[in-house]
Amino acid sequence: MIETKKLVKRFGLKTILRGLDFSVEPGEFVALLGPNGAGKTTFLRILASLSRPSMGSVKVAGYSRPNESAQVRAKLGVVSHLPLLYPDLTAEENLQFYARMYGIMNFGPRISKVLEMVGLEARRKDLVRTFSRGMQQRLAIGRAALHDPEVMLFDEPYTGLDQDASEMLDDVLRTVAAKGRTVVMTSHDLVRAENLATRFDILSRGIIAASVQQKELQKTNLLTFYKQALAD
Amino acid sequence: MAEIIETVKSEKQSMEYRPSFFKAALAIVQKDLAAEFRSRELLSAMLVFSILVILIFNFALELDIKVRQSVTAGVLWTTFAFAGTLGLNRSMAVEKDRGCLDGLLLAPVDRSAIFFGKAISNLAFMLIVEAIVLPLYALLYNETRIFQPAFLGVILLGSIGYIAVGTLLSAMTVQTRTRDVLLPILLFPVAIPILLASVKASGGLLNNATFAEILSPLNLLIVYDVIFIAVAFMVFDFVVEE
Repeated sequence: MIETKKLVKRFGLKTILRGLDFSVEPGEFVALLGPNGAGKTTFLRILASLSRPSMGSVKVAGYSRPNESAQVRAKLGVVSHLPLLYPDLTAEENLQFYARMYGIMNFGPRISKVLEMVGLEARRKDLVRTFSRGMQQRLAIGRAALHDPEVMLFDEPYTGLDQDASEMLDDVLRTVAAKGRTVVMTSHDLVRAENLATRFDILSRGIIAASVQQKELQKTNLLTFYKQALAD
Repeated sequence: MAEIIETVKSEKQSMEYRPSFFKAALAIVQKDLAAEFRSRELLSAMLVFSILVILIFNFALELDIKVRQSVTAGVLWTTFAFAGTLGLNRSMAVEKDRGCLDGLLLAPVDRSAIFFGKAISNLAFMLIVEAIVLPLYALLYNETRIFQPAFLGVILLGSIGYIAVGTLLSAMTVQTRTRDVLLPILLFPVAIPILLASVKASGGLLNNATFAEILSPLNLLIVYDVIFIAVAFMVFDFVVEE
């Protein structure tokens, strides 16, 4: 579903990604872990066609970048730590706007379904600027899932959320993943990642330093694996 | 059978993933207008600034009839250019601050549709401000000739070119930390041909110049409009992607 080969990204003289090879099978939930500055966000932005790779190939859902970037974007739903929502529009207006940008026909029922999924049906007519951070993040997930994408990318979705909001976000993420979507999530919250993902990749110094499946983690916990991967 | 599956697949794809260029641009315009008429942040800032500039010029200049005739075009275009920069900065900052620019760029649509959507919104805001400032100017400076259709046409042409290049540059500068300062520094030198042509054409109209005298700046204005729109259309995707 996602495949990158020898991916390199440079910002001026600084090399962020150094020949990164990465692949995800359909339906997998991959947690991409790593220290600050490892290149997680840069990598997700390249997958989302928000950033141009310096070298290497990127393929998402069978489409290659940069020639088929629009098709890649149509297959993707992206959630970052910023909500990507307009504060002066209502929840419903925001979703209507994105539905039109994605060319979704008869979007009314789809918007109702998405608002129900993220538990904001009762607040659909409220301005987004009146929402708490947790509600905005749930609506952001609804926005990303609006066009029913095959692949979802989450970049630090728990940033700034309190305990209750994080738990609610867990449920929404499980619902999203349960639909058979392929998910890649970056996070510093190892406990949450361990409960949600089916595979864990450690990104360090611009490459995937280690990778492990959830079922292979039985003997050790994720924190130990993570520390070991960074130490090697 | 495989052919049917392929057809169904491609139909499904075309149905899901192909928002039309114009529908996407229109969606952006409607979104911008709806958000602005609710918050009124951008328009009120542009309007207050424009009115202040007009008032300052009114007090600063010795305004006998001759001087008034010679300064009207300059005063108006100075006001519109500065107020326009304010609006361009704010319009793109709203997209950037909450990551909405990324939201737009993630849409599976030709990215020049985003440019056109934003440019049309910015033009609408600028024209609204101009529509309010012009009567006020007429009142303060006792100058009613600015309502002649040809003069309004020049203002429209000048605004189109200014906004076209301004929207492109604001999409570039919004990525930087010093965006508020950087936009005017980049925009004014690039927009000088448009501003000069606009001042020349509108000044000529107010001073009863012949059509032949106005034709040259008018042609320049139209050519620059076309060039700036075409350049923005071609490079917008490159400018917004990191």
